[in-house]
Amino acid sequence: MNKRKGLLGALALVAIAVGLYWSLIVAPPDAYQGEVQRIMYLHLPSILIAYLSYFLVFVGSALYLWKREKRDDILAHAAAEIGVLFTALTIIEGSIWGRPTWGVWWTWDARLTLTAILLLIYVGYLMLRSLIEDEQRAATAAAVLGIIGFLDIPLIHMSVYWWRTLHQPPSILRPDKLPWENVHPSMLTALTISFIGFLLLYFYLLSLRYRIGEMRQEIKALRLERGAG
Amino acid sequence: MTLLRQTYLVLCKDLRLELRRRDSLLTMFFFGTLLLFVFHFSFDLVPERVVEMAPALLWLAFLFTGTLGLAQLFQAERENHCFDALLLSPLDRGALFLAKTGFNLILMVLVEIVVIPLFWILFNMRSWNLLPQVFLVTLLGTVGFCVLGTLMSAITLRARARELLLPLVLFPLMIPVILATIRCMEEVLHAGQIGDAMPWLRLLLGFDVIFMTAGVLIFDWVIES
Repeated sequence: MNKRKGLLGALALVAIAVGLYWSLIVAPPDAYQGEVQRIMYLHLPSILIAYLSYFLVFVGSALYLWKREKRDDILAHAAAEIGVLFTALTIIEGSIWGRPTWGVWWTWDARLTLTAILLLIYVGYLMLRSLIEDEQRAATAAAVLGIIGFLDIPLIHMSVYWWRTLHQPPSILRPDKLPWENVHPSMLTALTISFIGFLLLYFYLLSLRYRIGEMRQEIKALRLERGAG
Repeated sequence: MTLLRQTYLVLCKDLRLELRRRDSLLTMFFFGTLLLFVFHFSFDLVPERVVEMAPALLWLAFLFTGTLGLAQLFQAERENHCFDALLLSPLDRGALFLAKTGFNLILMVLVEIVVIPLFWILFNMRSWNLLPQVFLVTLLGTVGFCVLGTLMSAITLRARARELLLPLVLFPLMIPVILATIRCMEEVLHAGQIGDAMPWLRLLLGFDVIFMTAGVLIFDWVIES
């Protein structure tokens, strides 16, 4: 098992290195934004990975409520933690990009608002878990929140988009809207390699975090054994 | 015994308890009124601005007042091991969910029936004829709040810092309700009818239906012990 994880980690490292090379050196600078556009090679994969992670939280939560197997709960917890990490990274990267291009660190544009809300929801999830003493209750409570939160996301998405399009004219600056028809092929390649690298990194991190969760359970079981014996 | 009958019985029990002591109801009512005063001082609500700010202020007041009510929602059950008794009985968990949601809804509606006209009086609003529509929009929003609120109240029952955790997990999920209710109310006060804000009303209805259903189905797993 450790060998496979090590291999995954090594692959991730290689893919990210190649992706970085492609993003920073091979791909040309953007016609309008110049070099600052390159942060997109990190920014876009980051948020996609976060979405994937939250989906896994939903799956883990649903499976846990259904089957009550500890491993689904560990998966949901691990996925939530890493999802929060990548969402926070996305927001920070976006801010860094936004300052030179839009002139502001933050704007209440629909997409940014939605990403911030996602962060809040899953930070709440993590807080819920840490504030409930009993592990089984914490797992159940978190699973319910994981499901309800995920179900709410389309509704939140709709409402924030409506609000921002009904009350504001479309902004001149279009945030991370990829113009698929006019993109230089090496930019697309850089993005793809970067995304693959992030995906591999994500599963590597997830497997590590999952293992930590498993180990916690093993320690608990050992303690009980010792206590009884 | 059907789901509705069970819901009705538990709801009656809670209402009877509340009518005897009225502590939740009165606290919520006074808190809601107090918030209106705080808003007056915070926002300097001159007549020109009060109509455009009314929906947001009202809804914020109800949000915070409702959160107070939610914290109290399962209080009766927590004392004297009533929870265990409830769980040992053949009561359908979905009925418990509907009853608690209904109970919080009734409390909030009672508060709103008083606070909304009070707002109209305190801030010299002219549009008394629009009150029925304002009530309708508020009611739909309150249903959404109570449904999600009851769920979140139940899952945070055994958490430390519960009074802080409950709003923390609830409010982000409430965003569609907040947006929809306030937009609808704005449209009503501005144009005299819901009209252009119909999509928001539909979103609100959809939200209520989806989470009422999800709540009834999922409550079996929420309350275990």
